[in-house]
Amino acid sequence: MKVTLKIWRQPDAASDGAMHTYEVDDVSEDMSFLEMLDVLNEQLNARDEEPIAFDSDCREGICGMCGLMINGEPHGPEVTTTCQLHMRSFKDGDEIVIEPWRADAFPVVKDLCVDRGAFDRIIQQGGYISVNTGAAPEAHSIQVPKEAADRAFDVATCIGCGACVAACPNGSASLFMGAKITHLGELPQGQAERDTRVVSMVAQHDHEGFGGCTNIGECTAACPKEIPLDVISQLNKDLRTALQHGH
Amino acid sequence: MTDMPDTTLTSDPSYHEPSAGESDDAVGYYVPGDPIIDAKAPDGPIDERWSTRKFEARLVNPANRRKLSIIIVGTGLAGASAAATLGEAGYVVKSFCYQDSPRRAHSIAAQGGINAAKNYKEDGDSVHRLFYDTVKGGDYRSRESNVYRLAEVSTNIIDQCVAQGVPFAREYGGLLDNRSFGGVQVSRTFYARGQTGQQLLIGAYQALERQVHAGTVTTYTRHEMLELIVVDGKARGIIARDMVTGAIETHLADVVVLASGGYGNVFYLSTNAMGSNVTASWRAHRKGAYMANPCYTQIHPTCIPVSGAHQSKLTLMSESLRNDGRIWVPKKKEDCAKDPRDIPEADRDYYLERIYPSFGNLVPRDIASRAAKYQCDDGRGVGPEVEGVRRGVYLDFADAIARLGREAVEEKYGNLFDMYARITGEDPYVVPMRIYPAVHYVMGGLWVDYDLQSTIPGLFVTGEANFSDHGANRLGASALMQGLADGYFVLPHTIRDYLADGPFETVAEDHPAVVEARTAVEKRIEHFLTVNGTRSVDSYHRELGNIMWEYCGMERTEDGLRKAIDLIRTLRDDFHRNVKVLGSADSLNQSLEKAGRVADFLELGELMCIDALNRRESCGGHFRAESQTEDGEALRHDDLYAYVAAWEYAGDPDSDAMGAPVLHKEDLVYTAIEMKQRSYK
Amino acid sequence: MARITLEWEGDARGIPHVLHAIGTGPGGDSVATVATQTPSPVTGPTLVAGARAARTTIYLKLLMALSGLFFVGFVLTHMYGNLKAFAGHDAFNAYAEHIRTLGTPFLPYSGALWIMRVLLIASLVVHVACAAALWRRAKQARTVRYQVKKHTGAIFASRLMRWGGVTILLFVIWHLLNFTIGKVNVQGGPTNDPYNLLVDTFDTWWLTLIYLVAMAMLGAHLHHGTWSAFQTLGLTGTARARTRAKRLAFVLAFVVTVGFSIVPIFVLAGVISK
Repeated sequence: MKVTLKIWRQPDAASDGAMHTYEVDDVSEDMSFLEMLDVLNEQLNARDEEPIAFDSDCREGICGMCGLMINGEPHGPEVTTTCQLHMRSFKDGDEIVIEPWRADAFPVVKDLCVDRGAFDRIIQQGGYISVNTGAAPEAHSIQVPKEAADRAFDVATCIGCGACVAACPNGSASLFMGAKITHLGELPQGQAERDTRVVSMVAQHDHEGFGGCTNIGECTAACPKEIPLDVISQLNKDLRTALQHGH
Repeated sequence: MTDMPDTTLTSDPSYHEPSAGESDDAVGYYVPGDPIIDAKAPDGPIDERWSTRKFEARLVNPANRRKLSIIIVGTGLAGASAAATLGEAGYVVKSFCYQDSPRRAHSIAAQGGINAAKNYKEDGDSVHRLFYDTVKGGDYRSRESNVYRLAEVSTNIIDQCVAQGVPFAREYGGLLDNRSFGGVQVSRTFYARGQTGQQLLIGAYQALERQVHAGTVTTYTRHEMLELIVVDGKARGIIARDMVTGAIETHLADVVVLASGGYGNVFYLSTNAMGSNVTASWRAHRKGAYMANPCYTQIHPTCIPVSGAHQSKLTLMSESLRNDGRIWVPKKKEDCAKDPRDIPEADRDYYLERIYPSFGNLVPRDIASRAAKYQCDDGRGVGPEVEGVRRGVYLDFADAIARLGREAVEEKYGNLFDMYARITGEDPYVVPMRIYPAVHYVMGGLWVDYDLQSTIPGLFVTGEANFSDHGANRLGASALMQGLADGYFVLPHTIRDYLADGPFETVAEDHPAVVEARTAVEKRIEHFLTVNGTRSVDSYHRELGNIMWEYCGMERTEDGLRKAIDLIRTLRDDFHRNVKVLGSADSLNQSLEKAGRVADFLELGELMCIDALNRRESCGGHFRAESQTEDGEALRHDDLYAYVAAWEYAGDPDSDAMGAPVLHKEDLVYTAIEMKQRSYK
Repeated sequence: MARITLEWEGDARGIPHVLHAIGTGPGGDSVATVATQTPSPVTGPTLVAGARAARTTIYLKLLMALSGLFFVGFVLTHMYGNLKAFAGHDAFNAYAEHIRTLGTPFLPYSGALWIMRVLLIASLVVHVACAAALWRRAKQARTVRYQVKKHTGAIFASRLMRWGGVTILLFVIWHLLNFTIGKVNVQGGPTNDPYNLLVDTFDTWWLTLIYLVAMAMLGAHLHHGTWSAFQTLGLTGTARARTRAKRLAFVLAFVVTVGFSIVPIFVLAGVISK
């Protein structure tokens, strides 16, 4: 099949960008979306145009490196990562608009690549349990109810791709934060730092320039790992509790 | 360019000597060197060696630690865990990764689990049994002291990860669950559904970020190491490129740790991440670090087959599928294009069940992989024709669904079936799955001693990037174990013995060795950007991958390997004359990044073939067609090849001419275990 | 001639963050830094120190949730009072009078009413100020907009919150002018008789229309707002609690909209009359 692509191109963070139109013929429906872009890049290279920069690494839906806004939806029309989206989700003659994640906290680095360092800095502010190597007690000395362990796992599947931010009309990273707060908050090991963790992480989140959450639910609809909206409730609750504890 | 590669190797036979008797096929391709020994492993009973070494390794006063700096390249399990631990200890750590966040390193994609000799199931497991299984699984080609240590610290890993909040699977009583994995008879694998690697990496990543907050670790993301700085024979830093600005940066330190992962992408198609590469290791190799057993490659039998020429990577599906799925191909070639549901039972060849009646579909990875290749080479493969061959075999769940019911199958394999359906567009509940082997892991890597130090003092290598623990084949759920063992519990002890020599003399940025390394990087980048040829980097990479897969893949032969070496040399020569890299050096340029990586793969590929040629035996993941039993099983030759092949780079350091590598052999001596030949019939 | 030019200075990545004023005059160039921008995360990532829960966006949301729930209580009471219109002139006016005598003689006449008014005004200030702050943040969080953006998770009501809120605020002002502060009777009738003022007002079709539009907006606002308040207060931590909160919010929005709307509709239809 044949598709028409409208792609955002921007040489670097400081320059202006614009949409460019490309056509790709001979697209097979078995191609992944990124393989279709690989094909386009080969063609661009052949005609001396610089290939389009886009991020991807594992290409099996787990590393969180890829992430494109495809026809107005983060990661495209399926509930999955961009790398796991296949061309069979499109049809011959489709026009596909491809943009980078848009958020001022995720500045564009080039073309479709953005800088998600803000996520790392949010984690630096407490998205961990402080235990030095070697200081851990025997694993079985900590019992975790299966329900808590399962919920912790469910939300710990977040891949940090940023689709939640990309989808959110407020540019908020609450789903990302909520997932980490819930993961660590469900476990007995995570209790000691629970209050300071949430306050510091949210403060960093705000400092990075993410917007506030208005509980709209675009994030969870876009999340390739289907992180539920109740992690944001948990996040809010933890912050409220911290507030009550005088933090 | 002045440093245009001279890829036609001097074939003057005068400096070549046979090294292992008549059976050495690689004569002429390498130079025999002195044997190498691991001087760091203490003698004595195997279960006391690590304690002894830890005690003997000198200490560094906490006050002096902040005066000592460590560069760690790679943020996978081995790199992130080491950075976090060394940061906690108080050293000044710089951590580098090419991804946009340390959390994205490819350890994240490991599915199955992590082994540990906790014996929570009271099923007879022990440190010694894990050691035994690992050495046996590695076909007696690993170093026993290292493996024993790995088994020993495995239990600490679980404690550490649980304390960090890694959400391992638990039973209703709230205690950790275990499963049996990879054909071993005890349940020692800890897991977090099918995302164990992700959860362990996030644990290590969080520990790393905690140290960033504490100010002991600085992370450099989207940075790629392009050269090692060696001053007065010691590793003292790296040259890295900021992949966003293109700036070439000099980073100096007292010690350098490579935790940069494996090089499976030399095959172009593999289950590795797109960016996984050998550059950090290869640059170190060119500066004097020996590369050990590079030909040991693990090929995983249950991957989703290639769907067309556009394919960019392969996706692994858990091996557990073989517990219930039956593998078959049509008996008749003309049936291959048919809908499998229309092929009657009588016309199906359940070849694993036929050839290996006792193990059937559960034969080890390498046997299952090779058998699939034979069926496809025989023209009985299924699925789409790619370049004239159908490369796939059926993995059929029809019997399992009939026996257990669809719901039970869904319960067990639902996630995998969904993933398969998403990628192929076929419903595996209705149409048999198609699978084909794919490169998954490399056991080879930079040679290290018991301290994980390479042949360059001050250069340590951990995780998949080193060679030491898995021998010729790796057991399932052991890669995660090794990465974390090295990073959390081994390296922090051994590196202090080296650092105890500090404080080290300060190296200036204008030191000739630093300037030379930097200039070399700049020249190389300029070279790629100015060749201005006609072919894309990817096209070379794909061609190299085809050569490697064809001749240095599941089955290797003397003729094939010789042919491969010629083909690689020609391809490498062409690459340096005809590659086309657009864009500039001073911005994000993914073609340029790939060019450097592919250039190194083109050199590594040749060394892998030479190593495979040298080893005229079949062991673990390395199968030489010349060395098999009458039944077609792998045949080891312990009398000739019970050694680690450690290769020294002998090429011209200033150009891409590789020269004939020097082979140093480290004899493998087993004191705690007896070598046995395996049989799966 | 002396001239002043403004020039941004970029960092290593070329992102401008310092604004220089370069004065060119007879004495040569002189440069003064007149402004600096907060560096974007690319240029100067910094970590926050001394974080306080009360300085976060979630704190603003908590204030919005609490003030919002206070309004929910108010509109329910207000609606209940309105429905007294069905009981006739005397019952309605007696209710209106009762609000003023509530708590007397402990409180002065109209004391309870004024306490309520002060609380409502305070809540309004808090609610609007927090909304404005969050709106502003949201705008700054994405200054370059998407060319194409689909909405896959949001219900329509949630997208109406901000402009809907503004509409409701304007309506409240009008409503107070109409019934409380200005007491405007467009039909020229008495303004000191609450029941008659109500009937005269809603007998006018366009006033009823304005009112109904406002109630629809209020319903939408409550539909998302009530659920959102529960979520912000952290009361929807499970899938079940979430479903219940959403259902409750819908029922509440429906009841309030219908409860407020039937009085003017019945006035217009002539069922409630003088």
